[in-house]
Order: sequence, then C-alpha cells, then structure tokens
Amino acid sequence: MLFRTVKELVELAESRNKKISDIMIEQEMLMSGKSREEIVSRMEKNLEVMEQAVERGLKGVASRSGLTGGDAVLLQAYIEKGDFLSGEILLDAVSKAVATNEVNAAMGVICATPTAGSAGVVPGTLFAVKNKLHPSREQMVAFLFTAGAIGYVIANNAFISGATGGCQAEVGSAAGMAAAAIVEMAGGTPSQCAEATAITLKNMLGLVCDPVAGLVEVPCVKRNAMGAANAIVAADMALAGVKSRIPCDEVIEAMFRVGQAMPQTLKETAQGGLAATPTGRRLEAKIFGTAKNE
Amino acid sequence: MKYRSVFDIIGPVMIGPSSSHTAGAARIGRAARSIFGREPKWAHIYFYGSFAETYRGHGTDVAIVGGLLDFDTFDERIKRSLEIAAERGLEIHFHKEACVPDHPNTARLHIGDEEGELELVGVSIGGGKIEIDEINGFKIRLTGEHPSIIVINNDRFGAIANVAHVLAKNEINIGYMQVSRKEKGKTALMTIETDQNVDETILDEIRKLPNILHVAKINE
Repeated sequence: MLFRTVKELVELAESRNKKISDIMIEQEMLMSGKSREEIVSRMEKNLEVMEQAVERGLKGVASRSGLTGGDAVLLQAYIEKGDFLSGEILLDAVSKAVATNEVNAAMGVICATPTAGSAGVVPGTLFAVKNKLHPSREQMVAFLFTAGAIGYVIANNAFISGATGGCQAEVGSAAGMAAAAIVEMAGGTPSQCAEATAITLKNMLGLVCDPVAGLVEVPCVKRNAMGAANAIVAADMALAGVKSRIPCDEVIEAMFRVGQAMPQTLKETAQGGLAATPTGRRLEAKIFGTAKNE
Repeated sequence: MKYRSVFDIIGPVMIGPSSSHTAGAARIGRAARSIFGREPKWAHIYFYGSFAETYRGHGTDVAIVGGLLDFDTFDERIKRSLEIAAERGLEIHFHKEACVPDHPNTARLHIGDEEGELELVGVSIGGGKIEIDEINGFKIRLTGEHPSIIVINNDRFGAIANVAHVLAKNEINIGYMQVSRKEKGKTALMTIETDQNVDETILDEIRKLPNILHVAKINE
C-alpha cells in the first residue's frame, strides 16, 4: 500500500515530483499485478461510458417514475442563450452532472464515481473544464485517476455511501474527488489538490441522504448539480492559493464522525428531510400506491 | 482497507440507479450463480434492511435476478430479467424480511435445482462493492482486504492438501485460510485469502481435483 491518507499521497507525489494520478496508477499496478497500459486502457473505457451517458442525458431522458428528466436539456438551452449569471464552465458542469444523473435515474448505463447516486459530479466537471483547459485524452484519463485516488482515501477512512454516511459521504466525496482532479488538470500542485478537496468537503458536511420515495432521483440529481459547482469553486480557490485551515485528512475524519452521528432517518431510509415533506410523501404514495414509511 | 482498487472507486460501469442497490445486488446474484456453478431452477430471495425498503424503486429485484442469469452490472437485459427468468424456467420468490441485519444492504439467496442447492448471504457495502458473509450456513470470516476464493468439497483427507498444492504450484501465497465443516464426512468449506490474484485457469485446475464440489473467486 503506497498511501492510506491524503497527506501520504501528497507527500509521495511531491517528493517524487509526480502527479497524484501517477501515484494512483502505480498503486494499482502494485495491487493488481497488471501493466500500466492495461490499467490506463481500462480507465479509458470508463471515460467512454461517461461520455456516452452525458451525450444521452443532454438529448433528454426521463425516469420511469417521472420524478426526474429534462433539466439537462433546459440548462443547455439556457447556456446557449447566453444570459446566464454564473460562469459558463460552471453552468456547463452543472448541466452535464445533471445529464449524467438523469440517465442514472432512467436506469441507463453510467460509471459509478464513486457511486451511482453521485455519478454526475466527476464527469460533469471533467467535460466542462475540458473546454477551457483543452486536455489531451491522456490527461482526461489522468483526471479520473486523481479523482480515484482521493475517493480511495475517503472510502477507506470514512464512507462513500448515503446509507452509511449521508449525502456528505456520497455527493460530498464525489465533489471532493472532482475538486482535486480539476486542480491537477489545471496545473496545480498535489498540495493544492488536497486543499481543494478539503474546501469542498468542509462545505458539504452534514448533508443528509433524504431521497423522496426512496428513489435515487429527488434531490439526488440537483445535489450532483451543486456538488459539481462546489468542486469548481473550491478548485479555483485552491489554485488562487487559498488553504484550508483544517487539513484534508482531518476534514475527512470530521465527515466520518458527523456521518456516524447522523440518525438513520437521514441516511437513505426516506424517513426524514425532503423525503418526509408533504409533497415528498404525496409523490411516494403516487409512485408506489401506498405511503411507505408512515 | 476494503476498497483496494481504483476501479472500486471509478466504476463499476452499471445500469442505474444505485451502485449499492442495483450494481451491488447484481453482483451478489452473480456470485451465487458462480458458486452454484450453473443457472438454478428456483430461487428464494430474502431482502433485509435498506434492501427490503427500497428494492422496488432501485431495481434490486431485477438486478439480483439478472445476476443469477449471469448478467454483468452493465447488461441492459437486467431491466427485463424477471421476464427472461420466466422464459428460462427460473422460478423466483421474493421475501421482505423485518429483522435488522448487521449491514443495511443484506440479501440472502437460497437457490437450487434437482441436483443440489446453495444458500448465500451477501452484503452490498457501497459503491458497488460486495462481501459474501455466509455460504451454506458457514460464516465466511474474511477481511475483504485480499483476493479470496472459496472451495466447497466433500470432507475427505487430502482435499485441503490438494488445493494448497495447486496454489503453491502456481506461486500463489496463502495469507489466511479457514476450514470448516458441519459434520464429519459431509461437505466442508475452505475460505482462502491469497496474496496474489487467482485467475480462472487456476480455479479450473482446482475444480478438476477429486472431491471438489464448487470453487469460486469471491474477491479480487
């Protein structure tokens, strides 16, 4: 095991003058016994799946329940018009994150990053930021390895699923992963990658998993939207030289403790938060024929 | 460390909507089929915890059956797996259990045909990763941190030595091994954690040994 914490990952990368993505590839080679080419090629297949999902979502999809679908199309049309207030890259990332999650909700094929419920954040940010940074195909694949390295640390030291740690652990982790990957692609240092992850995660602490009707749709699609936005802003802050007062590993630990303290009603049981609102319950009853968790 | 590969994090490629309740469920179904060694004729599927609460909306039912039909997590046929199962003569019964399991995403599968049956308890731990907790009533004590295989055999002398010999011959080092049986002379179970990944050719070699009933890889 080359690294277990973000601190170890950053130290390893900086001492060897390598990128976080390089260290993750080395770790994978060590663990699996496979060659660099095989590993990179496998990640490229994941990249292709992400591209196809975004493309499908941007054309327009709808879930069986009817709860989600069509927002990516609306957002893209709005961007085309040009009157938007937030940045173009930011809004593009949001629309592509939404597109991916709408495909997920419609039971389409996606790549879990790290989960299906949070599958929009990493590809959403990647395919938006690429229009500004113009990466090579190799750099796009490296983006996924950087994101993977951060997710690997979070998964092994905290959690990555809403059922165990709330949405802070799912979309929060995905956003933290994306933030680091954006910084690396933009030419930032491994330390700056860690700062971006810390800043993102800090801002998603306490986020609950409260899916309406227990489905991975509302508010999941819009959470991916905001997760993508958080990641891009945090990346910019880190690239500007802003540092998190609390080191990344301690933020991850804090996320872990907060997740443990969260009641079951707010961890993917559809018993609290938005799931328990009058409209949430009404939608649940309509979709399933009975109100489930009364 | 439970998540050992970067592809546990970026991946799996899957049909939505849930990595734990759809992809994880498909993998549990597929693990059961792989250990059973063939497609069963009947299956009783018991859902516990959050699996029990969300299985309809998350497609956990179609996913687990898809796994029993040997579909991978991204196979579009998963959506129609209940129809396909009916076409193939696989009889499915779902049961929603009230008791609280150790982990929120637990499923117990009891599958079989005229020749035999298998019972397996699987847990979907998050991000699509699964663990097998129990096989035929034997508790699987694995860390989940190393590649692992299980062997179900007739309880006869030499079975363990033969398996260990095949691994040694292929330069696979055993890190942890547990052997258990219910009754002398009946069936026994070996759970073996290895340092290196055991590929399919080695598993086939083990399958050909005398007294071996089932061999499956349950972690990479």
